Amino acid sequence: MPSLGADMDDGVLVEWDVKPGDRVSRGDIVAVVETQKGAIEIEIFESGTITRLLAAPGDTIAVGAPLAELDGPAATAGETEAAKAAPAPSAKAAAEPAAETLPERPAAPTIETPAVAATAREKTAPAVEAAPAAKAAPAGRVRASPAARQLAAERGIDLAGIQGTGPDGAVVRDDVAGGKAPQPAPGARPAAPTKTAETTGPARRGFDVDEMRKAIAAAMSRSKREIPHYYLSHTIDMRVASGWLDELNAQRPPEERVLIGMLLLKASALALTRFPEFNGRYENEAFAPAPAVHIGMAVAMRGGGLVAPALHDVDRLSLEELMAKARDLVARVRSGRLRSSEFTDAGITVTSLGERGVDTVFGVIYPPQVAIVGFGTVAMRALATENGVDAVPTVCATLAADHRVSDGRRGALFLREIDKLLQVPEAL
Amino acid sequence: MTRDQLRHIFIEELMSIAPDIDLDGVPDTADLRDAVDLDSMDIMNLLIALHQRLGVDIPEADAIKLTTLGGAVAYLAERSSAT
Repeated sequence: MPSLGADMDDGVLVEWDVKPGDRVSRGDIVAVVETQKGAIEIEIFESGTITRLLAAPGDTIAVGAPLAELDGPAATAGETEAAKAAPAPSAKAAAEPAAETLPERPAAPTIETPAVAATAREKTAPAVEAAPAAKAAPAGRVRASPAARQLAAERGIDLAGIQGTGPDGAVVRDDVAGGKAPQPAPGARPAAPTKTAETTGPARRGFDVDEMRKAIAAAMSRSKREIPHYYLSHTIDMRVASGWLDELNAQRPPEERVLIGMLLLKASALALTRFPEFNGRYENEAFAPAPAVHIGMAVAMRGGGLVAPALHDVDRLSLEELMAKARDLVARVRSGRLRSSEFTDAGITVTSLGERGVDTVFGVIYPPQVAIVGFGTVAMRALATENGVDAVPTVCATLAADHRVSDGRRGALFLREIDKLLQVPEAL
Repeated sequence: MTRDQLRHIFIEELMSIAPDIDLDGVPDTADLRDAVDLDSMDIMNLLIALHQRLGVDIPEADAIKLTTLGGAVAYLAERSSAT
């Protein structure tokens, strides 16, 4: 069970997407786990063959405990997970990576491991048997939005019995609610098998606004307690960038258009390649710069809460590629299908208020990251220009950064670099 | 295509890109960005879906006309009959 955030203690296995005997490759999605942040697809970090599943849907599994056994050509006995793990999500307590054995029900799931990959070729004690299958175990993959999962859990409805009307047939809230959809597709009305909530078996946590609020509270409290923030703000003239983008979009069909937020993201990414002290993790009293520019994009959830899943290698993507990735990411936030690597890889967060926001956002750093870049709404404002005072499109860029790692001077140069890059949008 | 059909399609595509919204009680004149909290990425995804499904060209400058249910149906009716 990978740690998908500083505050995560455990997760509930929702479904397996593999079975013993299946061959898997690094990056494959092998399972779905329900956490405080909703349902998350777990990617495996090694290739090989699944030999045994060690948990059943419905089980609550502590962070660091093995989920399955994997046998592969590269597998060598005794090699620990941490050795091959992805960048460590975070760790307050440097506990031993994974529990050596998996108790049938982790009694006290409080281990916070420094680095656990989303895989489980862990030397698990052979005596451990997979926990008995949960009663409510879904037979196959059920795509469902967090809201749908929550409602289904509340009402004791098995999602597998519902025909989804969402993207790729995902079960959405209205499918579960039954008939609340304004225009349900023919035959989409669920014949909901109504069990009582009591019979749905073990702790299926489901997406829960209150749980997410707790997760945000824990992370942000830790941030404000531990990270000495400093703040900088810089107004950027967006005449050139806005004009260039309007012209570009005017000639394009909707699917090829680019939002202004992508220019802001790309400029931030390119600036980060020159200011690596804002991209990385501060752990165990030391800063480790990130090996690549993976940016957490803050996405507000309707109904409360927010997530900041990672966009990978933003500095190397064209604006069109970045737009496609961001669209996909937002769609998966909406439908509740984020991937484990998206929770662990970001070295910085960028939060952009979008078109109906306000002037300025003062960010709170998401630990163990060391900086957050904020962009207010791009709008017409008074600016002193070569012509006097003009009404021109501007954006206020802010930086909140960790004073243990960087200083205001470098922070100012970093924001100026973003400004400079935005003045040459065709080079982004 | 009738207005009712266009309305049906618009709602279907909207619910597909934003399965987590509740359109109950949202009047035809309400700005969906405020009423159900659609952001610019949602609007973009909606334009793309409508463009692909209906084949209607929606210039960037017209995107603002699709931010209410009533406005969207009227716009789509006009554009689809024009083509």
